[in-house]
Amino acid sequence: MSIILSDISKNFGRFSALNHINLEIPEGELVALLGPSGCGKTTLLRIIAGLEQADSGRVLLSGEDKTEQHVSRRGIGFVFQHYALFRHMTVFDNVAFGLRVKPKKIRPSTGDIHRKVHALLELVQLDWLHDRFPDQLSGGQRQRVALARALAVEPSVLLLDEPFGALDASVRKDLRLWLRSLHYELNVTSIFVTHDQEEAMEVASRVVVLNHGCIEQQGAPSEIYDHPANAFVSKFIGQTNVLQFDQQEGLLLPNTPPDGKSAHVRPHDIVLAKASNDDNAHAVLRDWQHLGALIRIELEKISPYHSGLSIFVEMPNEQFKQLALKKGDKVTLQIQRAHWFH
Amino acid sequence: MKRHSIMPGFAPSLGFTVVYLSLVVLIPLSTLVVTSFGLSFSEYLKIITHARVLASFKVSFTASLFAAFCAGLIGFVIAWVLVRYPFPGKKLFDALIDLPFALPTAVAGIVLATIYQPSGMLGRILMQQFGLQVAYKPLGIVFALIFISLPFVVRTLEPVLQEFDTAMEEAAASLGASRIKVFIHIILPNLFPAMLTGFALAFARGIGEYGSVIFIAGNLPYVSEIIPLMIITKLEQYDVPGATAIALTMLVISFLLLLVINLLQRWVRIRSGQV
Repeated sequence: MSIILSDISKNFGRFSALNHINLEIPEGELVALLGPSGCGKTTLLRIIAGLEQADSGRVLLSGEDKTEQHVSRRGIGFVFQHYALFRHMTVFDNVAFGLRVKPKKIRPSTGDIHRKVHALLELVQLDWLHDRFPDQLSGGQRQRVALARALAVEPSVLLLDEPFGALDASVRKDLRLWLRSLHYELNVTSIFVTHDQEEAMEVASRVVVLNHGCIEQQGAPSEIYDHPANAFVSKFIGQTNVLQFDQQEGLLLPNTPPDGKSAHVRPHDIVLAKASNDDNAHAVLRDWQHLGALIRIELEKISPYHSGLSIFVEMPNEQFKQLALKKGDKVTLQIQRAHWFH
Repeated sequence: MKRHSIMPGFAPSLGFTVVYLSLVVLIPLSTLVVTSFGLSFSEYLKIITHARVLASFKVSFTASLFAAFCAGLIGFVIAWVLVRYPFPGKKLFDALIDLPFALPTAVAGIVLATIYQPSGMLGRILMQQFGLQVAYKPLGIVFALIFISLPFVVRTLEPVLQEFDTAMEEAAASLGASRIKVFIHIILPNLFPAMLTGFALAFARGIGEYGSVIFIAGNLPYVSEIIPLMIITKLEQYDVPGATAIALTMLVISFLLLLVINLLQRWVRIRSGQV
């Protein structure tokens, strides 16, 4: 089901949480709402769900205006950050809840509920825990029960609030990939909120970057990484060196620097070479760290204007070995690609 | 072999607990039992099956159970309002709840009797509109007991309501449950153990209450005499064995009732995985 948000605004007292948000999400997408904490992403998700009312604007699900509808009638599935499992019910009863509270006319029979709940628990690989209580489960298991419970009512939209936020790193990695494959299996339009850009890039088919209650950019993960729309997105997504250049230093750039703007350069877009003499050196090598397949090199720029500025460069291990650099070596830089922002 | 526990100081703290319990609870209560042993079993039966005594047992237990039930409902609503809604003067309102704790119960009894007697401020209205007399009737006892036991219910439920995860309610709503269904299936089951505790406390408080009740009850034999009053009456006639016999019986019944409530609570907790 497609989602259209038009001109959504929300204030908490004098704090403006969302500012004229317009967003269109086509059917079947897996969308990440990404932004730093306090940017309004969770509020936006809760407005789509109907758990929060927008001060102005409309929420359309499948072309139908649902702005005034109560959360229980929107046909959405919501997975809460801390799962919000019913702690007085077993795993089975938790998942069955949405089916059992349906009005009598459309409520499935006990046998159908039984079959459906077990099928869902199998889907999330937890059928063997069906008679446990939430307090007896691990974080990852609770998360999957919460997901099964939300899916039981066959929602047309699945909304997840920081779905991996409370899990430890290894469980999180597994669940991310699992959620992604589950999404393609079920093909439910899904939106999840995260502050972790890596998570957004890895899981989502489409990323919406929010900051201070406004949408900064939206698009496919590669699009956002390769063509950031502004300085915020460029700094927030991935690693970026922000460099100021004057005309004389233009030599190491692919194009002449526009006036008054700074260059945003990805660490892997800088080519490093040992300087043949002190005169043409651009930077001094300070330190490096192993990041697995890549090496991150920390340089200090030599410049009469901005001394002491750190620049980070990344390159594959092999390439770094061939350069045979030591700490304190002088190097030249060649920047291959830069984005210019104020 | 000596077993070591992680928590140090088991022996002194257990010793302290036993000494304290003995001095304050066990020795006085066992004196009660011992004194009543001065009676033969037939004498004991004769005292407690006396029609006036039986009537007072009935008055005390029905009034206390009914009052605890009412206090449970009213207290739940008050706790709910205090926790869930912000409103001006909330802090003051909150402080007022504890007043019955601090007030001498006799004062409460006299005030309630004055207001609810047929010519009193509220008593007159009740009398004229509904033909209902509160003071000097068993209903008066219930009113006094509700007043006395309300803070127990409110203060038991408040922290549980405060810690209640409202995301559970939102989750239930997102799954299609109406407000009523959320309340019945999510809120009530989670609060039930605390409501039982509040009920038990209110009941225990009510069964032993003396000061406020005697002023409003009218103390008519067979109608509105409570057990504590029966005990005092016996004592005033220097009938100590008779007083202890009644006291012991009351103690045993109260203990059994509280035990049943506790078992019920345990059963609820186990059934809902909250152990």
